[in-house]
Amino acid sequence: MKGNEALAEAAIRAGCKCFFGYPITPQTELAAYMAKRMNKEGGVFLQAESEIAAINMVLGAASTGVRAMTSSSSPGISLKSEGISYMAGSDVPAVIINVQRGGPGLGGIQPSQADYWQATKANGHGDFQLLVYAPCSVQEMVDMVVKAFDTADKYRVPAMILADGLLGQMMEPVSFPEINPNAVDKSSWATTGHGNKRAHNIVNSLYINATDLEDVVRERYERYAKIEANETDAELYQTEDADVLVCAYGATARVVKSAVNAARAEGIKAGMFRPKTLWPFPKKELNEAAKNASKLLCVEMSMGQMVDDIKLAINCSKPVSFFGRTGGVIPTPAEVLSEIKTLAAQAE
Amino acid sequence: MKKITIITGHYGTGKTNFSVNLALNEAKKGIPVTVVDLDLVNPYFRTADFKELFADHGVTLIAPEYANSNVDLPTVSFDIEELAQQEGCLLIDVGGDDAGATALGRYADAIMAHGDEVDMLYVLNCYRYLTRTPEEALTLMQEIETASRLRHTGLVNNSNLGCETTAELITNSLPFAEEIAKQAGLPLLFTTADKQLNLSGDGFLPIDVFVKPLWEQTV
Repeated sequence: MKGNEALAEAAIRAGCKCFFGYPITPQTELAAYMAKRMNKEGGVFLQAESEIAAINMVLGAASTGVRAMTSSSSPGISLKSEGISYMAGSDVPAVIINVQRGGPGLGGIQPSQADYWQATKANGHGDFQLLVYAPCSVQEMVDMVVKAFDTADKYRVPAMILADGLLGQMMEPVSFPEINPNAVDKSSWATTGHGNKRAHNIVNSLYINATDLEDVVRERYERYAKIEANETDAELYQTEDADVLVCAYGATARVVKSAVNAARAEGIKAGMFRPKTLWPFPKKELNEAAKNASKLLCVEMSMGQMVDDIKLAINCSKPVSFFGRTGGVIPTPAEVLSEIKTLAAQAE
Repeated sequence: MKKITIITGHYGTGKTNFSVNLALNEAKKGIPVTVVDLDLVNPYFRTADFKELFADHGVTLIAPEYANSNVDLPTVSFDIEELAQQEGCLLIDVGGDDAGATALGRYADAIMAHGDEVDMLYVLNCYRYLTRTPEEALTLMQEIETASRLRHTGLVNNSNLGCETTAELITNSLPFAEEIAKQAGLPLLFTTADKQLNLSGDGFLPIDVFVKPLWEQTV
């Protein structure tokens, strides 16, 4: 399947009943697939008049407790930021997909990872975090969409799949596991109509008294602490004896894995650390992966964003260098191998 | 190969890989080949990616001006009618599904003027979601014909699962392809198989796999 289609099919199988979107390359196949399939599955597909309308439709639908999703690519995600902040501030779970392209501004349509900061630090105003999943294959796109819906429901937070144009556009074999969406009881908050039989459920992000707002935000941060303790995930590849540890996520990690294999073939002790969750960032897992490394290399399709989280996670205890391509350019295995070799030579 | 060969199918069935193989096979016979990348829908993984490979084999590549660039401008700056006047064969790799075939419809009259000298081949992949049953594949085939205002003349079974393709997967796809051929009343010209799988004999066309992600290419 094509990555974009797999994201859509996984959402349908995870019980997503409402999809609201607006076309943008390179994610449009996702919406096109939803347009074909959603109505047959008893759900709703709607092409909104803008990204801003789409995200607010997600907020509205998800407020009633149904699983809802929207997708876009970088410039469109910027437009959705206000709605995402409102969803976080209203404790409404939903899934947002970003198939990243080059930026800033209109940028370009080729793959990129330059929205890392936006996704993990500031996808909207206010004190909040998004769950951020970073798939590196079409299969993982499927698995993570299901995981994102389940985890978003569990903690009442919005979740994002941070993919890129390469993953969205590529064809790969995929299998759909038996999907049993975790049924979460949302009756305590979902606005499903009280029928004069109970008090109103109110979904809201406005608080008149500052102390009330502070209390709500503090309670939300207690949930964030639980997420940080329980929901991190990472892949450690050849890290046990790795001297040079290369850190990468998403499609870039596929390139890095090829380079690590090539380095190993030349006798260089290279390994790879790949975060699958970008927030919460898998700090414990990184420290485990880096335990025998003398230096770290972070590779991204950006000018260097995740590299800061790598340094923070290891408390700057080891040198971390960076290699990136940006603007829609994909780093090649040969380029990464050359960086690994340079670092390995320095280590001697 | 006839004067004009048109390759259609769902995106992701392997149209581009098949087109590249067909073009190189003809070029190796000494026939001048011009490949037209008429994909105005998909910005990635397209025949225009093989510019250098084509140049090495003397194949002429004609592609939309902004193919593989950073802008989404679905424009065509060439004239298929004119290209068809040149010596040799013309191979047109059409964009995916009926949306992709719409651009082809613009040239339907010019193409039909070549009568029997035109082949339009529908590429099948029974492992590709959305074209996994004969009914789905036939529906899409008709949608492509409506959009392009042209009729298919044959089928190519390119069933594959990317790097996980095995000889068994390919042979298992034969009943699917034969059923579509029967229902469509079109000949199944061949079933493609990666050369490394050593599937040969009647009906098999051994091919090279050119379309693969960066990380599957040798460092």
